[in-house]
Amino acid sequence: MEIPYTIENRPDTGIYNAKLGIWLFLASEVMLFGGLFSAYVLLRVGAEPGTWPHGWLDVKLGTINTLILALSAITTLLAWAACKVRQFGKFKFFHGCTILLGISFLCLHMYEYHDEWTHYEIQLANGKIADGHLAETSKDFDLAKKTGFVKLEEGRVVDDSKELADLRTPEARAAKHEDITLQAADIKSMENYSPRHNTFTAIYFTITGLHGLHVLGGTLVIFYLWGPGRRMYKTDPERYTNRIEVSGLFWHFVDLVWIFLFPVLYLT
Amino acid sequence: MSDSKEHSVDLNSYIRLCAVIFLVLICTTAAMIATSYSHIGNGWTLKVTLILSIAIVNAFLVAGYLMHLLSEKKLIYTVLVFTVFFFAGLMGLTMWAMGDFPVGTVAH
Amino acid sequence: MQANVQQFPPFRGTPAHGHGHHEHHEPNFWQKYIFSTDHKIIGIQYGLMSLSFMLFGFFLMLLMRWQIAHPGMPVPLIGPLLEKILGAPAAGGAISPDLYNSFGAMHGTIMIFLGVVPLSFAAFGNYVVPLMIGAPDMTFPRVNMASFHAFFLGGIVMLVSFFIPGGAAQAGWTSYSPLATTIPTDGQAFWLVGMVLLITSSLLGAVNFIATIIQLRAPGMTWMRLPFFVWAQFVTAFILLLAFPPLEAASVLQLMDNVAHTSFFLPTGLAVGGQLAHVSGGGSPLLWQHLFWFLGHPEVYVLILPAMGIVAEVIANNTRKPIWGYKSLVYSVLFVGFLSFIVWAHHMYMTGMGQKIATFFQATTMIISIPSVIILTCMFLSLWGGSIRINTPMMFALGFLPMFGIGGLTGLPLGLAAVDLYLHDTYYIIAHFHYVVAPGSIFALFAGVYFWFPKMTGRRMSEFWGRVHFWCSFVFMNLVFMPMFAQGIKGMLRRMSDGAVNYSAARVPNAIDALPGTVMQLNDWIFWAAIGLGIAQIPFIVNLFCSISHGEKVKSDNPWSATTLDWQTPTPPPHGNFEHELRVIRGPYEYSQPGHATDFTPQDEPESPAAPKVPSPVHH
Repeated sequence: MEIPYTIENRPDTGIYNAKLGIWLFLASEVMLFGGLFSAYVLLRVGAEPGTWPHGWLDVKLGTINTLILALSAITTLLAWAACKVRQFGKFKFFHGCTILLGISFLCLHMYEYHDEWTHYEIQLANGKIADGHLAETSKDFDLAKKTGFVKLEEGRVVDDSKELADLRTPEARAAKHEDITLQAADIKSMENYSPRHNTFTAIYFTITGLHGLHVLGGTLVIFYLWGPGRRMYKTDPERYTNRIEVSGLFWHFVDLVWIFLFPVLYLT
Repeated sequence: MSDSKEHSVDLNSYIRLCAVIFLVLICTTAAMIATSYSHIGNGWTLKVTLILSIAIVNAFLVAGYLMHLLSEKKLIYTVLVFTVFFFAGLMGLTMWAMGDFPVGTVAH
Repeated sequence: MQANVQQFPPFRGTPAHGHGHHEHHEPNFWQKYIFSTDHKIIGIQYGLMSLSFMLFGFFLMLLMRWQIAHPGMPVPLIGPLLEKILGAPAAGGAISPDLYNSFGAMHGTIMIFLGVVPLSFAAFGNYVVPLMIGAPDMTFPRVNMASFHAFFLGGIVMLVSFFIPGGAAQAGWTSYSPLATTIPTDGQAFWLVGMVLLITSSLLGAVNFIATIIQLRAPGMTWMRLPFFVWAQFVTAFILLLAFPPLEAASVLQLMDNVAHTSFFLPTGLAVGGQLAHVSGGGSPLLWQHLFWFLGHPEVYVLILPAMGIVAEVIANNTRKPIWGYKSLVYSVLFVGFLSFIVWAHHMYMTGMGQKIATFFQATTMIISIPSVIILTCMFLSLWGGSIRINTPMMFALGFLPMFGIGGLTGLPLGLAAVDLYLHDTYYIIAHFHYVVAPGSIFALFAGVYFWFPKMTGRRMSEFWGRVHFWCSFVFMNLVFMPMFAQGIKGMLRRMSDGAVNYSAARVPNAIDALPGTVMQLNDWIFWAAIGLGIAQIPFIVNLFCSISHGEKVKSDNPWSATTLDWQTPTPPPHGNFEHELRVIRGPYEYSQPGHATDFTPQDEPESPAAPKVPSPVHH
């Protein structure tokens, strides 16, 4: 006996199996990202006043990524609609767009990560703090032996680390950014904006990293259906269309998470 | 048969609907960014509330139209309503617990 | 709900497609037994693996009980072997405190996530639920297979963690930060990775169960005709689906703390070994606790609900009458599942919560006891007026009732914040939860094994040895856990590797409330009772395996004369389960119906036109 309702809807529930399955899975994903968002809210609310970073992330890049995902959500839906009316050419086009947009999102994201990773906060021997992008490290640079130098791009020197937190204040916006060269002897310690730097970078990398894994997974599934998996369109088009719908729903959910991630991390 | 009868079979009108939604999403994103850089209110609370409200509108559009949740069956709705309730419980009760201190203790 | 007969479309694979490409070649060993997508094979895979893990967890407990009764002394017989395998932590064959802690953490983790949950939910659920609802398999067979393999990998990761330098996780099954991050062992990271795999397995399983129960019920199988076992599994699946993900999120965060040196759960100013820790700080240990217990509490309902489902089936079958209060049972189990999400902080009364929030959780905790009591009461009432048949499954089911009663009732003081302040983290807690899970859930699971064994193998397990297993287990379970209530009330704390000897009156005679000699003496008795309990399982293990090939063959497909659909299949059920199309026309417990020739009527048996409809007077 075959498993019923893989294609046709069950009369009393009105849906086919995979659609129920994906919505159930998405419900669990809501709880997963909900747990992470709860963690974010609690860490931020519980932070020492004045220490929570604002404006550390590039809003322009974030906006572009937001629009990329929004557009990909739309092309996903149109791909399914084209499949539904059996216009396979249009389906291939829209689905291909989705894949390209997904890859673009990931590439931009990698660039942002690299941006953060090369941003350093340097504790100076004189008690001040230098902060900026690491542009150059001399070949003989060794903090322990106190040899060599580093060059910071768009850097500035502040007295207190709290001044580095909120980049949206008028003072921070007015601050001069310039290239700074620091000798190893002047440096006490240096740390990049990696997850361990503070709880903001920690939650930023973790939650966008997990989201990014979902984008990657979704892109791979959509690519499989667009490429090797498209044989099923010829043998069982309705079942194939259902697969497109189900994977599309997952993709939309990934966009939905970003709709909250972007304002929460980039804009507030 | 699946829900082909519930959705417009006309691909072009579908494309038009999607274009409208995309435009709305661009506008709402711009609105969020503008709010973020504006000087409304003291500190961040009002700004965060406004921005999150706009985000919820965005989410409603994506979920309602692009995931066709608005025309989905009651069964799916029921599952999601419970999910949202439990998520609200998780966040709300945890925040309450972390913010409620025994009488007479100093809260900072 | 009315019994409206629904015209469902015919199953796919009808002659229109031709059976040509559905005729599959005979699968090889790997496809049939290791990478099977058949729910019955997967159920048995889960069952054998979880029973093995339970045995392993039991051994860990025996080692711990030895240490508690004889702190620091080398373990007899096994000591040299331990030293050979584990090295320094078992120096001289004695269990070091760190090793004790890792046994404690892993005993809990293994028993819960690798033992009871996979056995009750994944094993029994996978095997029985599709049969009971009249389905050919689960909705997503390949997802089912993936779910088992994720479970398998998670188990391997957990086992491997014992052998890495530093040893297995040592911060309790609750893995509280900052201890879980500052302990110098990679075992914690292994534990977290293992948990992520196990959680993934459960989530995939939950999706499958819910979709199957909703979509694949046979024609005529309305919601209110479902056996209670299916309802229990349905609610359990929902709990797993929605409660596990926050723990998965928290596990990822704690893994980041351990591996990437973030401070999600590490507070500012944390000092380790007298030195300021080299972390950014700003995190919150309480955040871990909230995220953990958000799953942790619903998890205990995952442990008990499938067990209650099994007990209901066994009792109905062996009293030859319907379960009392079917509707109450259904509404109660739904209510329990719902409420279980908003009671979790009763595990956190000691964390300095304010009175308002503590009262909220205390209220919801008290309320959730009501549907639990309703369920237990319905089962007790089901015995009234029944024609009770005594056999091994029934004995375990009957044994479950008072044991779960004790476990549940001893939970009530713990739900009250004021009392819990004293009892928290004492042996009272250990006694309470072991009563619900060990002579509670596990007894129900034993009942399930003896009950469904004939359907799986076509043979019965030995009734004599089954009764020996029951009586010895029953006696020793109580001897092990009942004294712990006394120890806990006297103030003996849990997770102490020296068995609380450093708090005893013998060691510190002038201390107020030092533990008296009577309490300490109990440690020794509990150890011997645990040995007895272990020996009592030998007949079960031997019986289980020998009966597969040497057990008494059953003479029919329905040896227990049961009404549910799982007994209306061939023995064992073939691929696809049912050889005929099903139409369910009655409820799940039509036993002893007046005017019928037999004392049971299967759910799908067609109405016989010759059956006299005159209701005969009911005699009591």
